[in-house]
Amino acid sequence: MQGGSQPPEAIRPVEVADRVQWIGALDPHLRNFDIILRTANGTSYNSYAVRGSSGVAIIDTVKQEFTDPFLRRLEAVTRYDEITTLVLNHLEPDHTGAVPELLRRAPHVEICVSPRGVQVLRALLKDDFDSYTVRVVRTGDTVSLGDRRLRFLTTPYVHWPDTQCTYLEEQQLLFTCDLMGCHFCDERLFNDCVGDFRFSFEYYFEHIMRPFKRYVIEALDLIEPLDIAMIAPSHGPILRSHPREYITHYRRLVKTRLASEVGNQKTLLIFYVSAYGATSQMAYAVYAGAAENPGVRVSLFDLQVGEVTPFVDLIEEADALAFGTPTINGDAVKTVWDLLAGLVDIDTKGKLGAAFGSYGWTGEAVPMVEARMQGMKMRVPEKGIKIKLHPTEDELEDCRAFGRRLAAHLTGEVAAREIDISDLL
Amino acid sequence: MAHAKLTFADVALTVNVPSGTRIIEISEKVGAGITYGCREGECGTCLTHVIEGGENLSEPSVLEQRVLKENLAGRNDRLACQCQVLGGEIKVRPA
Repeated sequence: MQGGSQPPEAIRPVEVADRVQWIGALDPHLRNFDIILRTANGTSYNSYAVRGSSGVAIIDTVKQEFTDPFLRRLEAVTRYDEITTLVLNHLEPDHTGAVPELLRRAPHVEICVSPRGVQVLRALLKDDFDSYTVRVVRTGDTVSLGDRRLRFLTTPYVHWPDTQCTYLEEQQLLFTCDLMGCHFCDERLFNDCVGDFRFSFEYYFEHIMRPFKRYVIEALDLIEPLDIAMIAPSHGPILRSHPREYITHYRRLVKTRLASEVGNQKTLLIFYVSAYGATSQMAYAVYAGAAENPGVRVSLFDLQVGEVTPFVDLIEEADALAFGTPTINGDAVKTVWDLLAGLVDIDTKGKLGAAFGSYGWTGEAVPMVEARMQGMKMRVPEKGIKIKLHPTEDELEDCRAFGRRLAAHLTGEVAAREIDISDLL
Repeated sequence: MAHAKLTFADVALTVNVPSGTRIIEISEKVGAGITYGCREGECGTCLTHVIEGGENLSEPSVLEQRVLKENLAGRNDRLACQCQVLGGEIKVRPA
C-alpha cells in the first residue's frame, strides 16, 4: 500500500547508514513496468536523503504518482531550506516524477546531472529550466555537504545516455540508480532482510542492461576500484550485505556464457525461411560463397525449426547476420520478424547485416528486413538479392558472389568502391 | 555545382555528392552504420567520427555545438544530420 491507502505512521523514512535515509516509495501492486517487464510483486522507487554538516542532498526521486509519500518521508528528515543539492542519476520518469514539485518547494537547490542528463532535464522542466541552478557533473567532480562529500561517476548507457552513479565517500556508499537494481518490492528494503530476489536481479539485467553490455563493462571498470560498503540502487533491495558480490555477478553476466570455439575468425550467421525451397537454395548458395573465405566461420539455420531465445544468444556474439526470407502478402515472414524483435535485448550496433529472398509478385521482404537492420544500427553494405520464384544457376552464382562479398566485408578485404549520388536514386 | 567525395569507411564506399549534402542523407542510403534518431540535432544518435577532411564540412551550428558537448563528443566528431559537405574529400565512420 502506498500514499493515501497507507496509514500515516507507516510512511516514514528508513535509516540506511549514518545520516543517510531512504525516502522512496513502494509500489507493490505494479504488475508491468515500462511495458517490457513483468513485476510479480511490484517494485520500489528508492530515493535517499544524505545529511552533511552544511547541507542535505537528495539522491533521485520517485514516480510522479508517489510524490506525496516521498515528500512526507522527506519532510520527516529535512526542511526544504536545508536541502542544498538534488542529484539526478537518471532522468527516466520513474525517478524524476517528483522533481517538479520538489523544485517548487525548494527552488534554491543545485541540481547535479550528467552532461547528457541536461538534455532530458531541459525537456522535463521546459520553460522553468532556466530558473533553476543546474550543474553538469562528470567523473571526479564532487559536491560538499560540509563534513562529507559526494563524488560523481559518469556511467552512460546503463541504461540511458544520461545515467551516472554517485559515491558518498565517507560512508563508502554507492548510489547506482538502475545499475544493480531490480523490480522487487519488499518493505524490509535490505538484501539481507527481503526474500530471495536473485531471479528478479537477473531478469532485470537481461532486459534492461544486457543491450548495453559494453557500457556496463565501462561502468564496472569505474566502480570496481572503489571501496564499497553498500550499493543503493533506485529499484529493489539495498545491497548492504556482500555488495561486492553483486558487482562480481554483473561481471559474470556481461561475459560470454560459453567460450566460443571460433577463435579469430569472423562469424556470419545465415537464417532462412523457405516456403517452396527457393529461398533455401539461395541460403545454401550464400553460405557456400561466404564459406570460401578462410577468415569467416559461416553457419546456416532454418528459422522455422529454431527457438528465438537461443538464436538471440548466438547473434549477440556474432559479427554478421544474413536473413533469407520469402515475401508473403507483401511482407517478410513472421518468424523473421519474431527473431528481429527479440534482438531488442542485445547490442547489434556495428554488426554487418544482409538480406535475400525469393518472391512471387512483389519482393518487399528484403528491403523491409534491411531497413529494420539499419534501424538497429547495423551496417548493411550490400544491397540484398531478390529472385523471382526459383533461382537459375546464374542466379545461384549471384548468391555465391553475394556471400563472398559479405565475407570480404567482414575480413576487411572488400575492394573500395566509388559511386555517384545518382546511382542511389 | 561543386562536388565532394564522401567516403563511408565502414562499408568501404565513396559517393560523389553535390556540395550542401548532409551526411545522413547518404549514409542511410548506402547502409552505413551511421544511423539517425531524431534527425533534428537533439539526440546525438548520428554521432559521426570524421577520419579525414573535417575542414571540408560546414561549421557546427550553436545547436550542434551544444549537443556535441552534451554528448561528450570528441574533437573530430560531428552530427551527421546537421553538418553539410562543402567540397573536397571527407572520410567518416560511426563514432
